[in-house]
Amino acid sequence: MKKANRVLLTLKYLFLIIASFISVFPFFWMVISATNNAREVNAGKLTFGTHFAENLGNLFHSGLNFGPALGNSALIAAITTVLALLISSVAGYGFEIFRNKVRDRVFNILLLSMMVPFCALMIPLYRMFSAAGKAGFTGIGLNTMFSVIVPYICTAFLIFFFRQNTKSFPKDILEAARIDGLNEMKIFTHMYMPVMKSTYAAGAIITFMTSWNNYLWTLVALQDPQKRTVPLILSAMGSSYTPDYGMIMTGIVIATLPTGFLFFMMQKHFVAGMIGSVK
Amino acid sequence: MSGNPNTVAKQRQNQPNRHSLEKRLNRWGWIFVSLSIVLITIFVFIPMIGALIMSFQTGKGVNMHFGGLTNYIRLFHDQTVGKALGNTFVYLIFQVPVMLILALIISVLLNDKNLKGRTFFRVAIFLPCITSLVSYSLIMKSIFSNDGIFNQMLANIGLSPIMWTTDPFWAKVLIIISITWRWTGYNMIFYLSGMQNIEPSIYEAAEIDGANFLQKLTHMTIPLLKPIILFTTITSTIGTLQLFDEVQNITQGGPANGTITISQYIYNLCFKYTPNFGYAAAVAFIVVALTMLLSIIQMKVGGKENQ
Repeated sequence: MKKANRVLLTLKYLFLIIASFISVFPFFWMVISATNNAREVNAGKLTFGTHFAENLGNLFHSGLNFGPALGNSALIAAITTVLALLISSVAGYGFEIFRNKVRDRVFNILLLSMMVPFCALMIPLYRMFSAAGKAGFTGIGLNTMFSVIVPYICTAFLIFFFRQNTKSFPKDILEAARIDGLNEMKIFTHMYMPVMKSTYAAGAIITFMTSWNNYLWTLVALQDPQKRTVPLILSAMGSSYTPDYGMIMTGIVIATLPTGFLFFMMQKHFVAGMIGSVK
Repeated sequence: MSGNPNTVAKQRQNQPNRHSLEKRLNRWGWIFVSLSIVLITIFVFIPMIGALIMSFQTGKGVNMHFGGLTNYIRLFHDQTVGKALGNTFVYLIFQVPVMLILALIISVLLNDKNLKGRTFFRVAIFLPCITSLVSYSLIMKSIFSNDGIFNQMLANIGLSPIMWTTDPFWAKVLIIISITWRWTGYNMIFYLSGMQNIEPSIYEAAEIDGANFLQKLTHMTIPLLKPIILFTTITSTIGTLQLFDEVQNITQGGPANGTITISQYIYNLCFKYTPNFGYAAAVAFIVVALTMLLSIIQMKVGGKENQ
């Protein structure tokens, strides 16, 4: 009986160690390869090399605009995050401060938008922005930051996330503030926002990550090489006939740094943002 | 009207007040939600209707005219649609269950308070979630390329290399391995947080009654986690139906459309070949229909067993 238990325990640890190894190995491979040149990566070199600086140089001088892409990605993700948080938290609060039947029904309709597959929206959105550009509104047409930001500044997921968290907001504070004559706008900016800090943090992480990593819509909307974002550049490098994996892995390391940083610095909020919708 | 003059007076004082507060809050509520309603309408609901209308139009590029059911009829004769649907079902039938079962097993093991190195295992297995879909796809592509590190390791132990990207069967396996790598930890987090909400006393009671590990799992943990299992099944299904980034970056849909997905075919129809937006919209409605159908089935099945 005791022996069987020990075997079981060993199997358990063995399983978890193998699972962890498989999960971590590609990261190891990515970091190692970033320090090796293309030939060494292809040869399967598993030790640190001396080509990191060279890869970095190639990456930024490859003619693929990796530097500007970093700026584009950061700006797009930052603007999207700020706007999405503001708009969605206002709505999440609005759905919860006073509930009536009509508004609950509207909320359910908004939730339906989460079920709509993006591949169905992609074509009409493309034509919409293309038409705006052709009609002379070049600032809001294709190949603009506007076109990649604005479809993401309001998502049913984030509204839902804020509404769920608003439910646990101490209601008597609100009552007291109303009796004191504060209007809802003031209550929102002076009381709701500070109290809900951790909800904002979690929402910010998930929104930033989604935007930073967005691929399909940016691929469609940003065809001008100058306007491209990091995932588009990486993808273009990877699809070349003889990909330089040393350089690509260096790019991937840089692209993963912000999300890795968010994860290790704010693990609690990171996880809260990811599982936010099942509470 | 006769009654206690005091109460009447009180009611007179209170009612209009409460009423006006409700009215005011209601008005503020509408103001607060209005921008979101407008934005979601413009960027989801109107395009959705636009796509539906487009799916009944034919023509190349911008010259489109009403074509009735032409696009939908063409769907049935299109071999690429058949291939894309077939591949998607392969991913659905194999990848989703394997990933969810793995995530469940890992969560059960990690939920044990006596386990050493819990945090390490949890962080390690969750780590793939921090990579972007494009990034991890390229990492997988390099590991599993025909002369890549994985095949070299196979050669080291005396096995013949696997043609991951040029053999349609192994290319699908590669896509399945990749997605499982990226999303198992993500689903694990949901299960773990669900398990934390289960009262430990229930397990203690079961242990006193002599329940073993397997009994506790099948009779307690899984039924209690049913809503979360249902949720992860639905999100994974929707994700698989919309699969694009991985296939586009690992195999480009090849070899010979052996891994192509519906989203990728839609993309190709619009931006790779001569644009045919009408037909692409009709293909997109397969995904819409499947998403609705599979979600309803899963909710029905999950709901029924719940009772």
